[in-house]
Amino acid sequence: MADKLTKVPVREQDPQARAANFEEVCLGYNKEEAMEEASRCINCKNAKCISGCPVSIDIPGFIKEVKEGNFAEAYKVIGKSSSLPAVCGRVCPQESQCEGVCIRGIKGEPVSIGKLERFVADWAKENGVKPEPPMPSNGHKVAVIGSGPAGLTCAGDLAKLGYDVTIFEALHQPGGVLVYGIPEFRLPKDKVVAVEVENVKSLGVKIETDVVIGKSTTIDELLQNEGFEAVFIGSGAGLPMFMGIPGEISSGVFSANEYLTRSNLMKAFRDDYDTPIKTGKKVAVIGGGNVAMDAARTAKRLGAEVHIVYRRSEAELPARVEEVHHAKEEGIIMDLLTNPLEIFADEDGWVKGMKCIRMELGEPDASGRRRPVEIPGSEFEMEVDTVIMSLGTSPNPLISSTTIGLDVNKRKCIIADEEYGQTSKEGVFAGGDAVTGAATVILAMGAGKAGAKGIHEFLSKK
Amino acid sequence: MYKILHAENLAGNIFLMQVEAPRIAKHCEPGQFLIVRIDEVGERIPLTICDYDKEAGTITIVFQPVGASTERMSHLKTGDSFIDVVGPLGQPSEFIHEDIEELKKKKMLFVAGGVGTAPVYPQVKWLHEHGVDVDVIVGAKTKDLVILEKEMEAVAGNLYVTTDDGSYGRHGMVTKVIEDLTAEGKQYDVCVAIGPMIMMKFCCLTTKKLNIPTIVSMNPIMVDGTGMCGACRVVVGDEIKFACVDGPEFDGHLIDWAQAMKRQAMYKTEEGRALLKLREGDTHHGGCGHCGGDK
Repeated sequence: MADKLTKVPVREQDPQARAANFEEVCLGYNKEEAMEEASRCINCKNAKCISGCPVSIDIPGFIKEVKEGNFAEAYKVIGKSSSLPAVCGRVCPQESQCEGVCIRGIKGEPVSIGKLERFVADWAKENGVKPEPPMPSNGHKVAVIGSGPAGLTCAGDLAKLGYDVTIFEALHQPGGVLVYGIPEFRLPKDKVVAVEVENVKSLGVKIETDVVIGKSTTIDELLQNEGFEAVFIGSGAGLPMFMGIPGEISSGVFSANEYLTRSNLMKAFRDDYDTPIKTGKKVAVIGGGNVAMDAARTAKRLGAEVHIVYRRSEAELPARVEEVHHAKEEGIIMDLLTNPLEIFADEDGWVKGMKCIRMELGEPDASGRRRPVEIPGSEFEMEVDTVIMSLGTSPNPLISSTTIGLDVNKRKCIIADEEYGQTSKEGVFAGGDAVTGAATVILAMGAGKAGAKGIHEFLSKK
Repeated sequence: MYKILHAENLAGNIFLMQVEAPRIAKHCEPGQFLIVRIDEVGERIPLTICDYDKEAGTITIVFQPVGASTERMSHLKTGDSFIDVVGPLGQPSEFIHEDIEELKKKKMLFVAGGVGTAPVYPQVKWLHEHGVDVDVIVGAKTKDLVILEKEMEAVAGNLYVTTDDGSYGRHGMVTKVIEDLTAEGKQYDVCVAIGPMIMMKFCCLTTKKLNIPTIVSMNPIMVDGTGMCGACRVVVGDEIKFACVDGPEFDGHLIDWAQAMKRQAMYKTEEGRALLKLREGDTHHGGCGHCGGDK
C-alpha cells in the first residue's frame, strides 16, 4: 500500500480548529505508522544520518528496533546519545540535519527520523520505560548553570558517569527555552518537557530553581565555598534586542521573549492563572525566525489578526519550513519585504499604527543572503494595536561580568573550546547559546555533551 | 518553598512579611529587589527588599494590595509559604560603592512616600551603620498610614513626618517639606526619593527647581526581573533602560515620567477585572461583558 518514496504522513490537528487552541498541532505516529515508516530505512552501512545529528544518535540502530516493534530497545539506543528525545524529535530542524543527508531523500523523501524518535520517546513515557540507571557515585560535585537543553544534557551525561550534579536555574521552573520560549502547541510542557526533566532528575541530578547566578550567588563562591569542583555554564542567550526606532517604548510593544514568557511559562492564555497578557486585535510580529512564528501563532490563538513583518522575502525566512507552512495554514498574514520605521501611539501611549517602508533585495551581503534595500518613497502606514519584536537575542552579561577570569568576545558570548567546552577559567566549562549566541536546541545539547566530556576528563585527572 | 516566619498588618492595608530566604539574605544590598510568586497559578510580583538579616537568613518585604495578586498575598499568614522567592535583583544603591569618608561629607536627603518608606529604610539603615546620618522625610496620606516610624527614627539623623491631611506631624505633601526645609536653610547635595511614580515625579520637579540631584527607584511592570524580556523598559535621558538590570535606581531628572506612567497602566483593565473577580467571584456578570465569568 505504501509508496516507499514518500514519508508515512503524520496526523495533525485541523488548521481551523487548532488556530483557536493551544493543543499540540502534530499528533505523531501510532505503532503501525511508526513501524511502516521505519521499514523505509535501508540501514546504510555508512549511515550519513548519524553524522548529520549533532549528538550522533545511532539512527539506523534505533530504527531497526522500531521496524521490529522493539520500542523499549529503540529507546535504549537513543538514550546512549540523547537525554531529551521527546523534545528533539519535535523541535530539531531535521531537514538541515539528520533527514537532510538521508539517502532516501535523493530520490523521494528522507526517512521521517524526527517523528520516529518522537514516537519512541512518547511510547517509552506511556509505558513507564525509564532511562538506564547511573553508575555508582564517584563523589565529585559539579554545578551546572541553567536548565535549558545544554544544561540538562550536560547534567544527565555527568550523572550517568556517577557525578553529584546540581543545576542552578534562575526562573521558577526548569527547562529554559523549552518552557518559556517554545509554545505548548509545538512542545507540550506537562506531557513532554516536565517528563524529560523528571528523567534527568531520576539520574540523581538536583535542580535548585530561583537562583540567579551573579546575584543570588556567584560561580566563584560555588567553587570556593560550596564544594563544587567544576562548573558548566549553559545560561543561554536570553537578552532581547529591540530596533531602536521611535515609539518603541509605547504600551503594546513587546519583545517576543516577554510575550512568549507570559503565555508559555506563566500560562497567561489560561483563565485560571494570574498573569495577564494583552491579546490585541491586530498584531504585527517583526522578524522571520522560529521565535517570530511562535509569537505569531500564539497571538493568533489568543484571537488576533496576525501579520509577520519581515524585511527580506519568503526564501530568506530563517524559520523552519514546517513552521512557516503551519503559520500560513493557520491564517498568519505574511507582509514580506517590509520594514517598520516608526511606531505611533494614541494619547494613552498605546500602539495605534506603524510607519513601514517597502524593501527590495540587492546584492548578497557577508552572510550570503541578499541585502534588503529600502525603496525610496514607498512608505506607508499600517494600523496595528500590538507589536512584537522578534529580532533575536544575545547572552546576558550577568554571569560573565561576575566571574573572575572568564573571557567573552565582543558579542558578550563566553569563549569556549568546541570539543570540550573549556573556557579561559580552570574548571569552568560552557556551551550552548551562551557560547554561540542564539542557535538550536540540538546544538545546545551537543555542546552540553562536549562540556560533560570536558568536565569528566578534567576531574579524572585531578 | 519559602516560609513566612512573620506576617503583620502594619497600618491600613499595608502588610509586612519576614520570609526565610538564606541565599537572598546573604547577598542582598540596599536598593535591590526580589520577585515572589504565591503559588502554582500565581504571577511574579516584584517587591523592594525592606530589611534583611544575613545571619538568620531572612528578608523582609512590605507591600500594599494594588491588584488581584497583592490582594491575594495580603491574606497569607505566619507559617504559610511562597512557592518562589528570587533575588536579590537589580543594582544596589550607588552609594554603597562610594568612599565612606566622602559620603560623610555629603548632605543626603531621603524622601519616602507611603509604602515607599519600606525600601528607603534599608538604605538609611546601611548609611547609619556606616556612620553616615541623613535627613529623612516620610510622607503618608493620614496618621494611620505612617509606617516604620520607630525603626526609621532609630537610624535617621533628622526625621520629618508629614501627612497630607495634617493629622500627624507636619501638614502637606513631601514636596512641600522639601521646599520648607530648604527655605529653613538646609542644603542638600543629593536627594533619594522612593514611592508611587506620581510622588517621585513631583519630587523630581521640586528638586530640579532647587537644583538638587535626585535618584529615584522605578517600579515598572516586570515579568522575569533578570533582563530577559524588557517589560520593565524605561526612558532615561536618550536611552532605553531595563529597570530590572540597569536599575531600579536612576537619575530622576532624566526619567520620562509621562511615558513611564502610561506603561505602568498597561494592564489596568486586566488587573481591575482580576481584582473584581477575586472579590466578588462570578457574581459580577453585568454590563461590562469583559469579566470572562459569564461564559
